[in-house]
Amino acid sequence: MFKAKVLIKRRPSILDPQGKAVEKGAFHLGLTNIKDTRIGKYIEFTVDTSDRQSAEKEVNDYCKKLLANPIMEDYEFTLESEK
Amino acid sequence: MKPKFGVVIFPGSNCDHDAYYSLKKIMNAEVTFLWHKDRDLQDSKVIILPGGFAYGDYLRCGAIARFSPIMNSVIEFANKGGIVVGICNGFQILLEAGLLPGVMIRNKSLQFVCKDIYLTVINKNTIFTGNINTGTPLKIPVAHGEGNYFTDDDTLKSLQDNNQIVFQYSSKDGLYAEEFNPNGSTLNIAGIMNKSGNVMGMMPHPERVCDPVLGKTDGQMIFSSIINSVN
Repeated sequence: MFKAKVLIKRRPSILDPQGKAVEKGAFHLGLTNIKDTRIGKYIEFTVDTSDRQSAEKEVNDYCKKLLANPIMEDYEFTLESEK
Repeated sequence: MKPKFGVVIFPGSNCDHDAYYSLKKIMNAEVTFLWHKDRDLQDSKVIILPGGFAYGDYLRCGAIARFSPIMNSVIEFANKGGIVVGICNGFQILLEAGLLPGVMIRNKSLQFVCKDIYLTVINKNTIFTGNINTGTPLKIPVAHGEGNYFTDDDTLKSLQDNNQIVFQYSSKDGLYAEEFNPNGSTLNIAGIMNKSGNVMGMMPHPERVCDPVLGKTDGQMIFSSIINSVN
C-alpha cells in the first residue's frame, strides 16, 4: 500500500484571479512583502498495491485524466509505502 | 419534422427543465431527458448539456461530469458529427471532455456574474446561428462564476483561422470592448464551436429567453437555427 500526496499547480502562464485577490488580503493585513500568491490544490489518497511501478502508473493516470487539467495545470506527487 | 432534442440531466444540473420547457413548449420540438447514468441517447438528433453545477463542480467545473456514462455516448455521437450544444456548465463539460479546446477559469472579478449581456454573432454561417436575422446583438443572460475562457495563443489563432468563434460579448450596438466583457474571457469569447462545426459551447443562457411572457425572446433564434439546419 502507498500513500500518495499530489500537488497541483496552475501553470505560470495562466492567470490566477483567486491568488491575486487573496494577496490583496495580505496587503490589508500589512504583510507588504508578500508577492506572487498562486493557489493550487493538495490531494492525498492511498493506492492499494505493493508494486511501486504500477502505483506510479495509476497515480499518473488519475492526475492526467481527472485531478489536473493538463491545459492549465502541472502536477507532482510523492509515494510513501505504508504497512 | 423537427429534430428530437435530448437534454442531459447530471446530478446538479439546474437548467435542464428550462431547456426542456423552451424546446418543447416554445419551439414545439420533441424533447427527452437523458439521465447521466444511462448510455442510450434515445435517437436524439441534438444533445443539450444544460447549465448548473454538475457533481457540485468539485475539483474543476465539469471535470467529473465528463466521466458520466452518458458522456461516453455523447462523445461518440459528437465524433460522428452529431450536434451537441453545451450551455454554461455544459460548455465547461465540453471543454473538460476535450470536445472543444481551452479551459474556463474564475471570472476576473472573482464574482458570480448574473445579468443580461449582449452577444455579437461572429460566425453567421453555422448550424447554431443560421436563423439569426437581427442586425443587432442578441440580449441573453449570463450566470456563472467561471466563464473566463482561456487558451494558448496557437489554439486561439486556430479558432480565429477556422471561424470557430461563434459569439463575442459586445455592447448593445455591437461594439467590441473590454468593458462589455462580464468575466475577463480572452477576446470577449462567449461561445465557440469545434472545427467541424457540430459541437458548440456558450456561456450565456438562450433557454432563459425564449418564452415571450418573460419579455425577451432572443434565445429562440439559436434554437430555431438548429432546428432549421437539421431539417
